[in-house]
Amino acid sequence: MNPALLVATSARVLLQLRHDPRTIALLVVVPSGILALLAWMFSNTPAVFDHWGALLLGIFPLIVMFLVASVATLRERSGGTLERLLALPLGKADFLLGYGLAFGLAATIQAGIVSGLAFAVLGLDVSGPVWAVVLVTVLVAVLGATLGLFVSAFARTEFQAVQFMPAVIIPQLLLCGLVFPRALMPRALQLVSDVLPLSYAVDAIKRLTLEAGVDRMYWTDLLVVAGFVVGGLLLGSATLRRRTP
Amino acid sequence: MSNPTGGGGLGPAVRLAELRVARGGRDVLRGISVEIPRGIVTGLLGPSGCGKSTLIRAVAGIQANVRGTCEVLDRPAGSPKLRRRIGYVSQQAAVYQDLTVRENLAYFAKVIAATKSDVARVLDEVDLVAEADEQVRSLSGGQLNRVSLAAALLGRPELLLLDEPTVGLDPVLRRDLWDLFHRLASGGAALLVSSHVMDEATRCDRLLLMRDGVLLADDTPSGLIARTGSQTVEDAFLALVEATDRPGART
Repeated sequence: MNPALLVATSARVLLQLRHDPRTIALLVVVPSGILALLAWMFSNTPAVFDHWGALLLGIFPLIVMFLVASVATLRERSGGTLERLLALPLGKADFLLGYGLAFGLAATIQAGIVSGLAFAVLGLDVSGPVWAVVLVTVLVAVLGATLGLFVSAFARTEFQAVQFMPAVIIPQLLLCGLVFPRALMPRALQLVSDVLPLSYAVDAIKRLTLEAGVDRMYWTDLLVVAGFVVGGLLLGSATLRRRTP
Repeated sequence: MSNPTGGGGLGPAVRLAELRVARGGRDVLRGISVEIPRGIVTGLLGPSGCGKSTLIRAVAGIQANVRGTCEVLDRPAGSPKLRRRIGYVSQQAAVYQDLTVRENLAYFAKVIAATKSDVARVLDEVDLVAEADEQVRSLSGGQLNRVSLAAALLGRPELLLLDEPTVGLDPVLRRDLWDLFHRLASGGAALLVSSHVMDEATRCDRLLLMRDGVLLADDTPSGLIARTGSQTVEDAFLALVEATDRPGART
């Protein structure tokens, strides 16, 4: 790994994003708009908004970053630039972590703006500290990016890459305890839920909506999600081949 | 055979012996043995699908399932130490569509630790100074190919592998690029340039004619024409193909 190349790759990815102002606008406007809609929907029941608003804030970046990352890396693969880079003195880690850092930064900015709106304007209220919610959000965004990087190896076209989103994300949304308590699911599904990263992120946010401080459970949940990020990066690097058939 | 060799006493840039490459269960390169000298432009000619790109990819070290000897700049192809010394341009213009020409080159320059002034040099060499700050997606096909070529010229590689670099270019630009290739060669670099257009053959110092995964000939353009008693390289190619296809004949 070469930190200078990692940073150069990150800067390049961010520069590509900067040349696409509409995508930047969508990254901020869409989650803000949906949160505003949610706030309006629950305007008569603020406690319900506090619960769902915080959860939505936390899981939205998973979907967005998954899509952005899978399409971006698919473009690198199909456009020949990945092949070129791997023929040059660029390490796989420089490439993957460069992407991770760029999307992590984009996600931090997204989370900052959207949570700023949610907490300051829409009146979202959680018992725990706001920074703790934002931290989960950023980690979930990086998780989405690494999952997107990984599955892009199995997609040949952008149509296929987009199809992987429901395949990878929706089961996690269903089983993470968002729509139905995990404890009430069949035992087998509880076990499946235990090995899905989003379950831990949702647990962490749920506790933040109810409890004042951050406890050890919070950090354990974050550590598990971070573990999935590392695992996703390792799997992703296995899909980067210098020699191709 | 009158193969010109250059490069001030150094060995050949590329040495292949019985090179075979399997793709999709069959050998697309079926035993290629050849040396590519430094200091000259070697043309790799043959019809589409004859294995030119696979050969170039094998030398670039990015082709899987390679058997036989494939030595590049005195190291096995694909060695990490070679990555800074080889410039490879694939048929596809492998550059970022959503960056400007300059931003593309600046990034690739960082990857190979080339200087900023090198970016200006290659922009000038491929005649894209005026387009430097345009987004790549707005360029024409010929300009796009030149951006990709410019990226490969960064860092002055000792070996340039160019897969059909002149496709879609107008005659003036094509002449300019061939002039550039010869300038680079006279500076000591080895160039392997593929083309399926036979009329480009006369611009090469040396020709490798390829068909169906084997080499038909390794000669100078004039040597090839004289040997086969043909008028053009295209006729020479046909004569060689007919000679090979005759029952019992071998190259």
